[in-house]
Amino acid sequence: MLKFTEEHEWLKIEGDTATVGITEFASAQLGDLVFIELPKVGTKLKKGDAAAVVESVKAASDVYAPLDGEVVEINQVVADDPAAATADPTGRGWLYKLKLAKVADLDALMDEAAYKKLIG
Amino acid sequence: MAAAKYDPYDFANRRHIGPSAKEIAEMLTIVGAPDLHALIDETVPQSIRQTERIDFGKSLSERRALDKLRETANKNKLLTSLIGQGYHGTTMPPAIQRNIFENPAWYTAYSPYQPEISQGRLEALLNFQTLVADLTALDLANASLLDEATAAAEAMSMAHRISNSEKTVFFVDKDCLPQTIAVVRTRAEPLGWQIKVGDPFKDLDASGVFGALFQYPGVCGECHDFTEVTKRLHEAGAIAIMAADPLALTLLKPPGEMGADIAVGSMQRYGVPMGFGGPHAAYIATRDAYKRSLPGRLVGVSVDSRGNRAYRLALQTREQHIRREKATSNICTSQVLLAVIASMYAVYHGPVGLKAIALRVHRDACRLADGLRSLGFKVAPAVFFDTITVQVGPYQGLIMKNAVDNGINLRKVNSDRIGITVDERTRPDTLEAVWRAFGAFDLRYSDAYPPSHLPPALLRTSEFLSHPVFHMNRAESEMTRYMRRLADRDLALDRSMIPLGSCTMKLNATAEMLPISWPEFSEMHPFVPQDQALGYKELIDDLSQKLCVITGYDAISMQPNSGAQGEYAGLLAIRAYHRSRGDFQRTVCLIPASAHGTNPASAQMAGMTVVVVRTDKNGNIDVADFRAKAEVHANELAACMITYPSTHGVFEETVRELCDITHACGGQVYLDGANLNALVGIARPGEIGSDVSHLNLHKTFCIPHGGGGPGMGPIGVKAHLIPFLPGHPETDGRGLTVSAAPYGSPSILPISWSYIMLMGGRGLTQATRVAILNANYIAKRLEGAFPLLYKGKNGRVAHECIIDIRPITESTGVTVEDIAKRLIDSGFHAPTMSWPVAGTLMIEPTESETRAELDRFCDAMLSIREETRAIEQGRSDRKNNPLKNAPHTVEDLVGAWDRPYSREQACFPPGAFRIDKYWPPVNRVDNTYGDRHLVCSCPPMEMYLKAQK
Repeated sequence: MLKFTEEHEWLKIEGDTATVGITEFASAQLGDLVFIELPKVGTKLKKGDAAAVVESVKAASDVYAPLDGEVVEINQVVADDPAAATADPTGRGWLYKLKLAKVADLDALMDEAAYKKLIG
Repeated sequence: MAAAKYDPYDFANRRHIGPSAKEIAEMLTIVGAPDLHALIDETVPQSIRQTERIDFGKSLSERRALDKLRETANKNKLLTSLIGQGYHGTTMPPAIQRNIFENPAWYTAYSPYQPEISQGRLEALLNFQTLVADLTALDLANASLLDEATAAAEAMSMAHRISNSEKTVFFVDKDCLPQTIAVVRTRAEPLGWQIKVGDPFKDLDASGVFGALFQYPGVCGECHDFTEVTKRLHEAGAIAIMAADPLALTLLKPPGEMGADIAVGSMQRYGVPMGFGGPHAAYIATRDAYKRSLPGRLVGVSVDSRGNRAYRLALQTREQHIRREKATSNICTSQVLLAVIASMYAVYHGPVGLKAIALRVHRDACRLADGLRSLGFKVAPAVFFDTITVQVGPYQGLIMKNAVDNGINLRKVNSDRIGITVDERTRPDTLEAVWRAFGAFDLRYSDAYPPSHLPPALLRTSEFLSHPVFHMNRAESEMTRYMRRLADRDLALDRSMIPLGSCTMKLNATAEMLPISWPEFSEMHPFVPQDQALGYKELIDDLSQKLCVITGYDAISMQPNSGAQGEYAGLLAIRAYHRSRGDFQRTVCLIPASAHGTNPASAQMAGMTVVVVRTDKNGNIDVADFRAKAEVHANELAACMITYPSTHGVFEETVRELCDITHACGGQVYLDGANLNALVGIARPGEIGSDVSHLNLHKTFCIPHGGGGPGMGPIGVKAHLIPFLPGHPETDGRGLTVSAAPYGSPSILPISWSYIMLMGGRGLTQATRVAILNANYIAKRLEGAFPLLYKGKNGRVAHECIIDIRPITESTGVTVEDIAKRLIDSGFHAPTMSWPVAGTLMIEPTESETRAELDRFCDAMLSIREETRAIEQGRSDRKNNPLKNAPHTVEDLVGAWDRPYSREQACFPPGAFRIDKYWPPVNRVDNTYGDRHLVCSCPPMEMYLKAQK
């Protein structure tokens, strides 16, 4: 199941864990990423907390936690090589995995159709 | 004009203001205004206009201004200062003085944001970073900070960030420079941190602090090995910072080898005169792991589109213009000119020369100490580099006076000791004069080498400055050519206008610049007895009084060293004012979305919470939103920060209303003086309703930008804020201290004073009018080709204008960056890119540009518009066109030419000079590559060889 936020993040849901990344749209807006700062595994996040930072040469953007949860895995590939995130933001370029505090919270997020409508 | 009526010495109208009377008349016709007064009436709201003219008497000719300033300079009494305390006598090599310090190719350049036209000073800055990293034995250094004390304060903030510590205590070595302790205390207080001053070997509880700062050598000369102390700090998760003297580091074990995480210091004694306190370049260096937390500018190595080595500013996302209140610091400038001089001093002397200078200094200190001991004085410490203290008991006053009578200033330490610091300028007769002051009339200097007072364990064993640039043949013929080659790579005001919006790149007249080289101004130590600095006092008082007349404020503080420092100092004054009234809860600062990034970054440093106010579609502050937010926060409102005229280049009609709303809610108004060049003689911030402003002397008042520093950001305040202006431990010992020196960078104040005297009140006002005319002229000439983003209610812009490139980007894929780079082919520095609105260019011509130069620029811009039309109409390829491939270099020409446009079109677009063509040394620089592969010191020799081929 895929979910989206208004902050241009995608969540791929498997059980009670969401893989989080930035959308193609956000990636295009940011341009080539040169640095990605990921949270530490074990970090407990509240919805809206700055979970990660993605930087291009001209912009730095916080990636906000889409829901409450705990970081259970991070993608070392993009931390070492930010180009991978730019090349494939919705696949190889995922950022971190979040074990959700309440799976039911997912209902508040957008599905793909709603997100596509948002970005026009 | 008849020769009889022609005044050849009319500086304002003949030299400073670009357009002639005839050109002004023609330009007025083109913009559709009957005369200059009518243009100003259409542009500037009547409600804010000043009624009284500025009157400073008759303006002076260049000769007369220099004569007057010479009289002032003569009131400074220049003695040999052995005071030390962070400031040292040094010799700027004459080759560097003439070819850099006094060379407009270096001092009139802007900050190196456009790397293709800044390769020369970027290389010099990379040399600086390499020099600092090597001396400190740390991984990387930035391109300089304002002064040692603020560098220490920045290091403290950085330590808090990188330690990730919950702790709020910061330890400061009691042997730190007093001005450093004062600035660090000032910086810590609004952030809720406590400063504990003590002896690192007795009083430091490593587990109770997030970081600690040590001075090396200490202010009284002690040289300690801090290895054990830094180890204890690390075990407790805290950060170790060392403030280290870069000359001592050529002999002493460096901070990196003692485990320091951050090193800071002043590069002043690398050939930069003391100047009564500044300007100088400070440094900050750190380990690779902490590079993203460094404040300030960082030069990095990247490649251009041909894969050749090219320099650029790296990791800019740390900085305030991108991160705003989340930035690593509010700092936006560095001290480029001074950092370049320091780096050239190191190139000039090389590691052998630097070490030889340090050894001479140390030997003189040893001779001095041995001589005093032979007289029976108790001299401390046992281990020292260049500074000793002497126990003199009740004779302190007498000996200090004797010394002055012998032409020497010494340092008073407590009530019974005297500190003496020797330097590069110390000579045999200097030492003999000191001995005489201590009562020994027959002690003679001996050439014999005294035993060293540095223990072997503390000596440096590691090499430094191994890079070839520090080992070139140091014959002056080679040195001069090296400096010339670097200068020729850059575009500065000596070659073309620099139409950067918000930067006010006006003329820096030679007559204004000459006095800063005079020894009476340049060689004064900042802490000399006040009766020796009467010339400086007169200059500072007179300039302050004139700035008060211009701005409508009641007092000026010269202490802040940059605009951002001015903002910080102004907000601190507001904070202190509220607290003095018991309003401790007033911490909210309203800042419009269109503000300079420094505003929110400074507010954060002053302990304020930023509340952002919207701007409307015309770029004006949304008054309803402003009122609503002010009223919601009425109990907590500390201040609002407004830029006027706005950052969008418009005189907003509502500025008085915004001030009234703020005052009604109990807040104070900070009016950002960045755009003061549009106000001088026409409106006074202090009369519009503002309580405090900073004035960028490096914009409006002609201090050159120096390729990215120095600057000066004095603040003006209304009477009720005077008690809260910055103070200094060496003058009044009062209150908040924001800079190392009491008057910031006083040696460049003669520039602003000269400008005001040369222009006179009428000339200053005329300059403002012509600045507005020039901007409206450009707006008019470009309006058919590029839409103008914002205008005032009569269709006029202020002293700058924003053109919208977004429609062109939409239809052709050509971006603001492509246009900026294409302007290089015409020999221009680009306007300000994508600020304050993304996808736009902001153009500020200033009053100093002639109509011919404005036309050359407009012709280049119009030709660029034609090139974008060719893309729109399918006559030119979307990817392979002169804009996307810009800038064009000689390398492009000598290879096979397979472009769908001619070499002629590539290299000689309208605006480009045929004979004096500016050839950029590199093709477009790859920013992404540079940030992904960060290299911040001189690249290895092979890359140089490749570049030379």
